[in-house]
Amino acid sequence: MTAKVTPTSTSASNAPGKPAGDGLRFYGVWLLGIAALIVLPMLFSSGGSLTSFSLIGIAIVFALSYNILLGQTGLLSFGHAVHYGLGGFAACHMMNAVVAHKWPIPLPFIPLFGGLGGLVFAIIIGWVMTKRAGTVFAMISLGIGELVASSSLILRSVFGGESGVTTDRTALPKMFGWSFGPQLQVYYLIAFWLVLSAIAMYALTRTPLGRISNAVRDNPERVQFIGYDPHVVRYLAFCFAGFFAGVAGGLAAINFEIANSAYLGAIQSGLVLFSTFIGGTAYFFGPILGAILVTYLQLGLTSVTSVWQLYFGIIFIGIVMFSPGGIAGLLMMHRPLVRAGTLRTVILSYLVAVVPTVALACGVILAIETVARFSGGETINLFGIGFKPQSPVTWIVALVLLVGGGFVARLSWGRIAEAWDRAATVARDRGYLA
Amino acid sequence: MLELIVISTLNGVLFGMLLFLLSSGLTVIFSMMGVLNFAHASFYMLGAFFGFQLTKWIGFWPALVLAPLLVGAIGMAVERYGLRNTHKHGHVAELLLTFGLAFAIEEIVSMIWGKSPVDYRVPALLDFPAFTIFSTNYPAYKLFMLAVSIVIFIALLIVLKRTRVGLIVQAALTHPHMVGHLGHNVGRVFMAVFGVGSALAGLAGVIAGPALVTQSDMAAALGPILFVVIVFGGLGSLPGAFIASLVIGLVQTFAVALDGSLASAFGPLDPSAGPSVLTDIWNVTIAQVAPIVPYLLLVIILIVRPMGLMGTRES
Repeated sequence: MTAKVTPTSTSASNAPGKPAGDGLRFYGVWLLGIAALIVLPMLFSSGGSLTSFSLIGIAIVFALSYNILLGQTGLLSFGHAVHYGLGGFAACHMMNAVVAHKWPIPLPFIPLFGGLGGLVFAIIIGWVMTKRAGTVFAMISLGIGELVASSSLILRSVFGGESGVTTDRTALPKMFGWSFGPQLQVYYLIAFWLVLSAIAMYALTRTPLGRISNAVRDNPERVQFIGYDPHVVRYLAFCFAGFFAGVAGGLAAINFEIANSAYLGAIQSGLVLFSTFIGGTAYFFGPILGAILVTYLQLGLTSVTSVWQLYFGIIFIGIVMFSPGGIAGLLMMHRPLVRAGTLRTVILSYLVAVVPTVALACGVILAIETVARFSGGETINLFGIGFKPQSPVTWIVALVLLVGGGFVARLSWGRIAEAWDRAATVARDRGYLA
Repeated sequence: MLELIVISTLNGVLFGMLLFLLSSGLTVIFSMMGVLNFAHASFYMLGAFFGFQLTKWIGFWPALVLAPLLVGAIGMAVERYGLRNTHKHGHVAELLLTFGLAFAIEEIVSMIWGKSPVDYRVPALLDFPAFTIFSTNYPAYKLFMLAVSIVIFIALLIVLKRTRVGLIVQAALTHPHMVGHLGHNVGRVFMAVFGVGSALAGLAGVIAGPALVTQSDMAAALGPILFVVIVFGGLGSLPGAFIASLVIGLVQTFAVALDGSLASAFGPLDPSAGPSVLTDIWNVTIAQVAPIVPYLLLVIILIVRPMGLMGTRES
């Protein structure tokens, strides 16, 4: 009931034994998602949006696989892209082998081999890595990530050195007469694997293994007392995460028709961590939101500003400091208020806060862009208004927005907190919030 | 060969001492606060860039003092306004905060100073060969770096072992709650330790900047090695960090200097076998493997002795 308090609320909404209406809603959400995946390319059929949808689909599978570690088992990995990259390489080599040996394996089965690539590495390295959880695991994953990324440049015959391994997805045997040349067909392939993986990963959270993983995350000592070995549980979760990351890597290999060492690198590992954490780790749909947002921002911002990664960093720091539950956590905080019918006052305070917060954000953006473009002198275009980075007017506007917006925004945030407290008190009285 | 050994030993010890300047702060911060500071290498980078900029404005010697102080102040601000607020969300959130910070600092640095290396030069006063050994001129600046690191090392040792402040820090390393119960302002101790740790990293940056490359990716390149050092030495152990710093410094310096490969030792493989993983491994030189050597050491130590060289804690 209390989404905010129980960390295991991934499953809180549809635990068995609930009324039939909940089951209907549960399947309805999944069917709605699948329908959206089918309909989307018909609504937005341009090449650019198809490419974006494909990338987002891959990112979602990857982020969901990462959440098996971070959200389900409490393992913070800084090297998850290793499995993604190895999956990509496995898929590329498999595709080339299929073409060379004329095996009757059509393209839609290739991500499975990507998954196996990620899984095999997880099986080999996982036992040592998952001996300990927490900070030690985080550092080891970082070290292993660097090790694999550096090794990939040395083992040229497997990883193809700097240029990577290329492949041709259309040379594989056809399935349903599809050649998988057009992006639309690749999109549907990715969407198919996205649905399959999402269902599998959701099902995983409902198995005894998924449950005991949550227990290992929350209290490993207790898990030991009831007769489970947390090391084994972590290892199994690590292997599953590796498999699905490999599937995502295989999909990426199909999409780009290349696998190179950038797939394995620290940047990729950082991105998946950002996606998952920004989306929210406590809910199954959190990483999905995060992957959509981060990929969309990544694609959208790169064309607008050269320092898009800085905005990522700032968003990430903001989420870590003010909303560690991520976007999903923020959304789900409102559920008891909606049920209690006390959301209205909170929404009003939000509306009041919108203007100063946007002003503050504009100040931050203007200040960053002024510094970034100072030497180049390109005009900053903010909501159709051009600002010259060298002119003092821009600096003053940025300063006023930063200080003034910041001051008023803080006041309005205080009011949100008050309104929230009041609404939560009423909701608690009505029995919707513990 | 003797020349190579002597020069590489000198360079290796130097690199090791630099690593210790960084890892000492990192490991003390980790033991006290339970926070693995991902941004520690970023403070090192900030030190190098502040050193570069201040050298341009006011000269190297004032920069040598001012830049670490600035970095220390930034570190204290991060502790006071960032980590302390995030503490209630747990260690993972704190770790992620420093991770985001490292990311943001790298972007800010490359935004201000660009992505290519800056021209951070050795000060004219120290720009001469100190001595010539087997036809190799050893630069005086490197000796200066070595001297600074050793002075800091000894100062740190005296402060930790012989002063009241050091006593509190040492106690807080193992029993932070008890120190709090005894009435010390643990929050302030944390902030001070974080500040001093960051300042040491900044100092390492200032003195390493002219000798190594000062570039916006220097933090990302050094950070993982730093983590290897403190895991290798044993988390929370200062002597362990010292030994591990020297070991990693020496191993990496020697690896870079050596040019041998399995092919040069045992002769080339039969060319008819064609390219494979084996030929890759056979032909790769030790110098090419140098970047992965620390990580290999990490994996080995984790298998042989998971708590690290001198570590006592399991987690």
